[in-house]
Amino acid sequence: MTWTWFHRLGSPPYVYRLAGRLTPWFGWVAAVLLLGALYDGLVIAPPDYQQGDGFRIIYVHVPAASLSLMIYTSMAVAAAVGLIWRIKVAHAAAASCAPIGASFTVVALITGSLWGKPMWGTYWVWDPRLTSELLLLFLYLGYMGLRSSFDDLQRADRASAVLAIVGVVNVPIVKYSVVWWNSLHQGSSLSLTGKDTIATPMLVPLLVSILGFTLFFAAILLMRLRAEVLRRERAASWVREALSS
Amino acid sequence: MSQGPSSPLTAARLVIARDLLLAFRRPEQLLQPLAFFVMVTTLFPLSVSPELAQLRAIAPGVLWVAALLAALLALDFLFRDDAQDGTLEQYALSGQSLTWLLLGKTAAHWLLTGVPLSLMAPLMGYTLGVPASAGAGIMLTVALGSLALSFIGSIGAALTLGVRRGGVLLSILILPLAVPILIFGSRATQLAIGGEPYTAPMELLGAIVVLSFTLAPLAAAAAVRISLE
Repeated sequence: MTWTWFHRLGSPPYVYRLAGRLTPWFGWVAAVLLLGALYDGLVIAPPDYQQGDGFRIIYVHVPAASLSLMIYTSMAVAAAVGLIWRIKVAHAAAASCAPIGASFTVVALITGSLWGKPMWGTYWVWDPRLTSELLLLFLYLGYMGLRSSFDDLQRADRASAVLAIVGVVNVPIVKYSVVWWNSLHQGSSLSLTGKDTIATPMLVPLLVSILGFTLFFAAILLMRLRAEVLRRERAASWVREALSS
Repeated sequence: MSQGPSSPLTAARLVIARDLLLAFRRPEQLLQPLAFFVMVTTLFPLSVSPELAQLRAIAPGVLWVAALLAALLALDFLFRDDAQDGTLEQYALSGQSLTWLLLGKTAAHWLLTGVPLSLMAPLMGYTLGVPASAGAGIMLTVALGSLALSFIGSIGAALTLGVRRGGVLLSILILPLAVPILIFGSRATQLAIGGEPYTAPMELLGAIVVLSFTLAPLAAAAAVRISLE
């Protein structure tokens, strides 16, 4: 087993080209899956017996919420890789994750509160799930704030990496807040091990939508990563060659 | 260069003794967080209502938010002086474990801010209509909570070293992580005021203390090294 593939991922020109090649694949598959999932979820799937058509917001809300956690974890892993092996591209990847993750957190909060108005009668409750998701947003904002407050890129990378790793403690708190505390927010309908508590016609578009949004995240991440690598390597000769060709 | 003390525990103890001595040479700096705590607490009877029944109901939250803000204010100068005069650099070069030295610094910081705050908290609680019998409980919860906050905050203080206007950033970084302390702390205080057993939230608070006490100095040491690069 050779580690050349891993070492090559530390090279900015290689990552720039690889990301460029992969972006359309992720992007187009995401577009197809999302369109299919939204049509299936918004038109074909039957209305919920309790929530009527209101439940259909889960096809955006659940993927956004789970991505907000997944992106934070990815960001922390990328930051740890950058900190441990001193790989600059990993820091660039972590930096590219943060604004996307923050956006998904905002989407999850907004769609959740839009759903909460007809279902709970209010846009916002100080519920553990909602509050911890809001804290996740603050963690993203703190990460971006810390990153932007250093002039020196290396220090910004390393200091924000420590913060990202420390902030991981919030991820299980958000994930299990509905289990640990008596929460107004309903429990998860999906389960990897047990039986899903959602009917199959409703479940299929949800799973497709989660997959679609994840690939959408991958495509956006690769685009941001390319821009970030270009910005960091703007003095390098390969950038001039890549951009002139 | 002289040979340092061999055990990291001795080194941490020496750092605590040094920091306490330095602080007592300039006691006015010690009083600032305490004065801030008293003033924030005073704002509530003025802004909400001077009625004791109403104040008693919000007392746990008021005490905890005020203590949290006061402790955050104090965190800003946990490492700042030592970073400016090069002491931290000497610590990093001393050959002693930086983690243990920072553990000592943070413990000293708690002795200088957390302990006075926890002694003051029952008194401020009393002015908010809390029965004197709840005093011991309030003291204990604030002492534990501020200990955890000192350790978690040491990461933020180390990360914001050398950042312009680091104080505001420090609060933004640390407050989301300090929320569990606030939740369990104010819950324990609430139960103590109601005369009920408050061991359950205290145990959770103790768990946070153990977790932050063991892990935070490692992260803080990594952050200090980054700031010294």
